[in-house]
Amino acid sequence: MRALTRVAVAAGVLLVIYGLQFGVEAGFTQYVQRIILLAGINVILAVGLNLINGTTGQFSIGHAGFMAVGAYGAAYIGVQLAGPVHGLLGLGPLADAVVFNLALLAGAIFAGISGLIVGMPSLRLRGDYLAVVTLGFGEIIRILFNNATFLGSATGYFGDSPSGLPEYTNFFWVFAWVTVIVLLIHNLTFSQTGRSLTAIREDEIAAEAMATPSTRLKVTAFAISAASAGIAGGLFAHMQSGVRPEDFRFEKSIDMIVMIIVGGLGSISGAILGGIFVAVSLELMRDLQQYRLVLYALLLIVIMIVRPQGLLGTRELHHLLRRKRPAKPAAPTEST
Amino acid sequence: MTQLLQQIINGLSLGSIYALIALGYTMVYGILKLINFAHGEVFMVGAYTGFYAAGALGVAGFEGRNQAFPLYLAVLVLIIAMAAAALLGMAIEFLAYRPVRSAPRLTPLITAIGVSLFLQNAGMLLFSPNPQRYPAILSEVRFELFGVIVTNIKLTIFVVALALMLGLHLFVQRTWTGRAMRALSFNIDAAKLMGIDTNRVIRSTFAIGSALAAAGGILFGLDQITINPLMGVLTGLKAFVAAVLGGIGSIPGAVIGGLLIGLAEQLTAGYLSPEYRDAITFVILILILLLKPEGLLGVVRVEKV
Amino acid sequence: MSLLELRAVDKIFGGLHAVRGVSFQVEPGAIFGLIGPNGAGKTTLFNVITGVYTPEHGEILFRGQNIAGLKPALIAERGVARTFQNIRIFRTMTVAENVMVAGHHLHKASIPAAMLRTRSYERDEQALRQRAHELLDVLGLAELAGEIAGSLPYGSQRRLEIARGLMLSPKLLLLDEPAAGMNSQEARTLNEQIRFLRDQLGLTVILVEHNMAVVMNVCETIHVVDHGETIAQGTPAEIKTHPKVLAAYLGEEHVENEASA
Repeated sequence: MRALTRVAVAAGVLLVIYGLQFGVEAGFTQYVQRIILLAGINVILAVGLNLINGTTGQFSIGHAGFMAVGAYGAAYIGVQLAGPVHGLLGLGPLADAVVFNLALLAGAIFAGISGLIVGMPSLRLRGDYLAVVTLGFGEIIRILFNNATFLGSATGYFGDSPSGLPEYTNFFWVFAWVTVIVLLIHNLTFSQTGRSLTAIREDEIAAEAMATPSTRLKVTAFAISAASAGIAGGLFAHMQSGVRPEDFRFEKSIDMIVMIIVGGLGSISGAILGGIFVAVSLELMRDLQQYRLVLYALLLIVIMIVRPQGLLGTRELHHLLRRKRPAKPAAPTEST
Repeated sequence: MTQLLQQIINGLSLGSIYALIALGYTMVYGILKLINFAHGEVFMVGAYTGFYAAGALGVAGFEGRNQAFPLYLAVLVLIIAMAAAALLGMAIEFLAYRPVRSAPRLTPLITAIGVSLFLQNAGMLLFSPNPQRYPAILSEVRFELFGVIVTNIKLTIFVVALALMLGLHLFVQRTWTGRAMRALSFNIDAAKLMGIDTNRVIRSTFAIGSALAAAGGILFGLDQITINPLMGVLTGLKAFVAAVLGGIGSIPGAVIGGLLIGLAEQLTAGYLSPEYRDAITFVILILILLLKPEGLLGVVRVEKV
Repeated sequence: MSLLELRAVDKIFGGLHAVRGVSFQVEPGAIFGLIGPNGAGKTTLFNVITGVYTPEHGEILFRGQNIAGLKPALIAERGVARTFQNIRIFRTMTVAENVMVAGHHLHKASIPAAMLRTRSYERDEQALRQRAHELLDVLGLAELAGEIAGSLPYGSQRRLEIARGLMLSPKLLLLDEPAAGMNSQEARTLNEQIRFLRDQLGLTVILVEHNMAVVMNVCETIHVVDHGETIAQGTPAEIKTHPKVLAAYLGEEHVENEASA
């Protein structure tokens, strides 16, 4: 009975998103539509990154690498699957949907695995050192893709068709995945696991004294956030005709950090707001491209000095609305 | 054999530059336990200050007449750049780091990243994003020694770096401020209680580290011929790895680390592939942090529970 | 078989020999005191027992098994709970959440189950919440369940730390200076609480404490360390008059003066 209700609700939500898609595609220009899609992809990136940086307090600044793994992974698998799936299901939206989502999942799995590989050794390190190691790994991943000839090296990967990768990404898929990921990560954050992750952030030593398997949980959270970035990467790849290593430079990791800092490190709603903010400001400043990073940099500095907890701190929007207990916002806390 | 010697010479001179920059990282981290991400940009600003100062002092004229830039002017350029960098370093400390000094560790980290980003992009706006040719503050003279090509520039790098490092060593060991710096790196609160003006000492630390980085910047420009506003990013990171390799907080460690990274990079480029010359530094970083995070000369710090 | 046994445990930090060849046994159901002047190595011993540090030599037998060098989370799982000298509660979480964090063994649900909110996950969550409330009730904190832990008064924070430890369903409870900052009234209440923990909940308690009113009153056996070494062990009466103990606390001269007076 319960399962039935859930399926019904899910179907309903998907229907709503599908309906919205018509509205968006009819009512907005291509330009604005692109911003909306990027905002959705950013939300997935931000909510995923927030799980490890915000909730668990382990600062990773190389997440663009995982987005790259997801992008390349999804693109490659998508190209490999297209033939067999079209053979089985013929051409048409159903086959495309199957190929696309399987490709996205593949990208997420690859990204999650690379998250494990990076996380296992790195998460033994503290604060600043962890940040630098993740930066290093992010760069190494990018350099590897830059030199991978079967994936097009620096020119990029465009699949096997002359027009490049199929543009599967649209409003529906982006926001269907946004809903799924936000829901899953929200549920995780407000569960015993989420409590344990927060405890690790607050005081790792005390958490361990209370039987929390901190290394295992940190690595798991890291892998989940990497997998999220992978989904975002896969969605991003299929909005362009190809995947290029230069899309995943350190600047991308910085964008992700700005998203969660502005919204509030540790808050899911904050991450959502931050993701939207970065997408919108990116486009608004398209003409002022060279000023964008200067302004982001100043923004980071000013926020840290004036209001380190960002917009929402660790609170959620629904907390504020319900006027819950006056929770003290936890600015970036010690990770010891 | 001569090929190997050549690479070693090149590696050591590059490494000396890394060492000069690494010193700044290690001194600041030793006292504030903060990775000064913006330090690479100070290096860059130092190089550009040298660029503009040399220009203002008429280096183009000398080049045009095929004359050597006078030594006393070259020294002046160095001094100007070091002074400018020192001021920049102190400004960064005062404006961006001091307000968040007592905040949990993550906040200054993000601030530092912000300052670094800001300077990179401000640099691109102010100095033009295109690479610039470095003026011939020193005209290149090549000579052969045992089949190895050595230039006066490489020699200058060794001499200047050595002189500065020696100067730093004497400063840290013999002067009052130097001793205060060492005291702060052991226990900043105790130092405060002993009546040491910690703000002044921290300011000096930033000033000295920045000045050294600026010297490194000019030497880098002379050696590599071109500079660009993003030169601090990669080089800064490599110098940071050097500081970690040597043992962050340790001054001799920074020197050794710098030389080793320079050698590793040069040997990788020469014998493996130039594509991977940058990657080798990241690999060393990861290995060191996983195997011996306190570095070669560092001390393991036990946490009080 | 004793519940906890230390055999010739050594802990060295670089040049500092913090714990030298300390041995003692704690019987099940005991209230065991660990005292000594400042810097004697008491908290270090706690840290060694709970796995925060690994001893250089010696064995630590908990219920017959050597736990020396195991990770803290594993030792906690086996039934050793502790509180900290400078309270280490999770300040931004609520009181109830603080206690629930320690409830891993009650929560069998996996991460996918948590993400999908399966029925078994909801059941475990309910059970966990209930148990947390029971423990808060035992320590008189039930009304504060929804409050942010960091906003609690000092004494309540200390009790919260104990409630959190109890969530582990431990056999052994290590209390690190539980009476710190308490007045004599509060200290008396603490004594009752400690006895309650042993009598009603069947815990064995080891206490590091400076407050002699508490130690002498509630401990049955007292082990005294100074400069990392054992200098005495016995009942409160024995320890009160033990010459080595007096010398350690009051200084050799004072004891000599007392003796010759």
